[in-house]
Amino acid sequence: MARSTFAESGADLRLDGITKRFPGFTAIEGLDLSIAAGSFFALLGPSGCGKTTTLRLIAGLEEPTAGRILLGGKDVTSTKPYQRPVNTVFQSYALFPHMSVLENVAFGLKRRGFKDATAKAHEALRLVELDHVAQRRPAQLSGGQQQRVALARAVVNRPALLLLDEPLGALDLKLRRQMQLELKTIQGEVGLTFLHVTHDQEEAMTMADTVAVMNKGRIEQLGAPEELYELPRTAFVANFLGNSNLFTGEVVSADGDTIVVDVGGRRLAVPRVRAQRHAGEVTIGVRPEKLVLLPDEPTPQTGRNVLGPGRVIDASFSGVSTQYQVAVPGIGIVAVFAQNLGFGPVMQEGAEVWLTWSVDHGFGLSDSPEPPATSAGDDVDTSALALQRRERLQAELEEA
Amino acid sequence: MAFGAFLQAPAPGVAAAADPAPRRRSKVALLLLLPGVLYLAVFFLAPLVSLVMTSFQEPVEFGDIGQYQTAFRWENYLAVVETYAPHIFRSFSYAALATALALVFSYPLAYFIGVKLRQAPFLQSLALVLVVAPFFISFLLRTLAWKQMFADEGWLVGALQTVQLLPDGAHLTGTPFSVVFGLTYNFIPFMTLPIYASLERLDLRYLEAADDLYAKRSTAFWRITIPLSLPGIVSGTLLTFIPAAGDYINASRDFLGSTETAMVGNVIEANFLVLQNYPAAASLSILLMAAILVLVSAYVVRSGTKDLL
Repeated sequence: MARSTFAESGADLRLDGITKRFPGFTAIEGLDLSIAAGSFFALLGPSGCGKTTTLRLIAGLEEPTAGRILLGGKDVTSTKPYQRPVNTVFQSYALFPHMSVLENVAFGLKRRGFKDATAKAHEALRLVELDHVAQRRPAQLSGGQQQRVALARAVVNRPALLLLDEPLGALDLKLRRQMQLELKTIQGEVGLTFLHVTHDQEEAMTMADTVAVMNKGRIEQLGAPEELYELPRTAFVANFLGNSNLFTGEVVSADGDTIVVDVGGRRLAVPRVRAQRHAGEVTIGVRPEKLVLLPDEPTPQTGRNVLGPGRVIDASFSGVSTQYQVAVPGIGIVAVFAQNLGFGPVMQEGAEVWLTWSVDHGFGLSDSPEPPATSAGDDVDTSALALQRRERLQAELEEA
Repeated sequence: MAFGAFLQAPAPGVAAAADPAPRRRSKVALLLLLPGVLYLAVFFLAPLVSLVMTSFQEPVEFGDIGQYQTAFRWENYLAVVETYAPHIFRSFSYAALATALALVFSYPLAYFIGVKLRQAPFLQSLALVLVVAPFFISFLLRTLAWKQMFADEGWLVGALQTVQLLPDGAHLTGTPFSVVFGLTYNFIPFMTLPIYASLERLDLRYLEAADDLYAKRSTAFWRITIPLSLPGIVSGTLLTFIPAAGDYINASRDFLGSTETAMVGNVIEANFLVLQNYPAAASLSILLMAAILVLVSAYVVRSGTKDLL
């Protein structure tokens, strides 16, 4: 790339049939992905799903086994990382420990021959409100400050594409929220294309314009956060992005605008346009907060599904809402999130209840849920690790 | 302060784990220090005092050779500097040259073992054993073996003369070349091991970050790898330079040197054991010690490693 010039604006990114194999396993298989210039794109998935590998491929730190990477229409597949107009905020921050914060931030600019590298570095540090620690070493900063330095070090280069590798993973909740807002603001201010890799679904949904849910080296579904949440197409998305109640059964009628599924002898309807499959055995679902609990059997209504009677086996009050577990004979356990409009839980444990929801809120999946606890191991590890890191960081902060 | 450089500093990237133990000085700790303090007092401090006193002695009038009495003859120092200035200069030049050469050979070796062999822990251990392997044979024997190889009748001299790289009648032994070669060879493990220790902990993610920030591999090497392995480089060069400056085996006539290559160590040896000029030998020893201390302190301050330690 040309020296001493910034990218004019964010560039669009296209991955074309990217495959990455490591000795012994395939991390990514035939991945196609397009990210529009100037957008905030999140790649969401459990650990080991290939999202970090994807990021490293785009940065040039790994070479794809097959496929092409196009940045702003130019093929960059075979170029070295230092030749790509791409910068990364690493998960570990990777701030150079022997340089001051200022030297860290000016590093990229100096390599590209900017005369006013130091002035620009100060400007970037002001953007993340850390100019007052410019002369300190990274080790003298808190985790949150280091993260902002890492961000400044990447943003200062005005890359056409900024890659963020779970940079908020080590922060505590409050700092995290603050950084999420800051990132969003910075992205708006500098107009770069952001690609954010995370396993935190809330983070992905609050920050990104477009979220791609990744699983086992493939993209399961891609879309705006609301769209992914309200209309998941696969069981993985339905369960990874929030919680879902899923029911599997035969389609008994598919006339008109709705399809009706027989689930354990009960008929549940889903709008035809919100269902991926319209015949045979299908899985349908509904989000727990869409369900309404009733103490008496409701009169059947068109446009509402009814399940019941069931028994409340658990009610846990969490402030804004109460989470109920309702056992419905022949169906299994159904989760319900009820907003606390009154005072405390409305239903007691052991109460007999009926569940209803609007037919419009249901969705039909293209696959059925896998038997549980196959891929759970990895994710447990990730969260445990993240928790450990966070605790260690907090301990350090307290000492400082 | 110079000795602090020998200590292995925590990797700069890793925040030093805060010591949770309170800094209480218990009596037990002081008692545990006692043997070490006593040892140093008896075997370091006392000889040092004796050496300083010897360096100021004067010959007994009408006495035998080797008879001296306590005095304050500081002129001894002037005399040895006047007489042995070339040897002092030679010592430091040879030591500096050998240190530089050892660094040039050791750094790539240490980098290879510490970074490239990380994926193969078995090969890494094997390579480390090979670096240390020369220590299994006595230092004297190894140096003598090189004398054999460099001998005028040896195959090396013959081969070099055949290809006209060495003129007829020229020698390899007894030349500055063979002395510096011997010093370099003998101290390479002392250079390699500390550099290996700091490169082995080098976090390669820093290099990825440099690569991501538009640094070519060579730039990343000079700006990231070298500064982060500086503690190892400083330790290695000190471990090589200090003993090399005082070395008298390689430069001795019995091994790789000749009278033209005599270093301070050889002169001290000759004065103590042959000429029995104890004050001269003692003042040379003190001078050597002081000079090394000054040079090393300047070096440690200059290289800025205090920052990393």
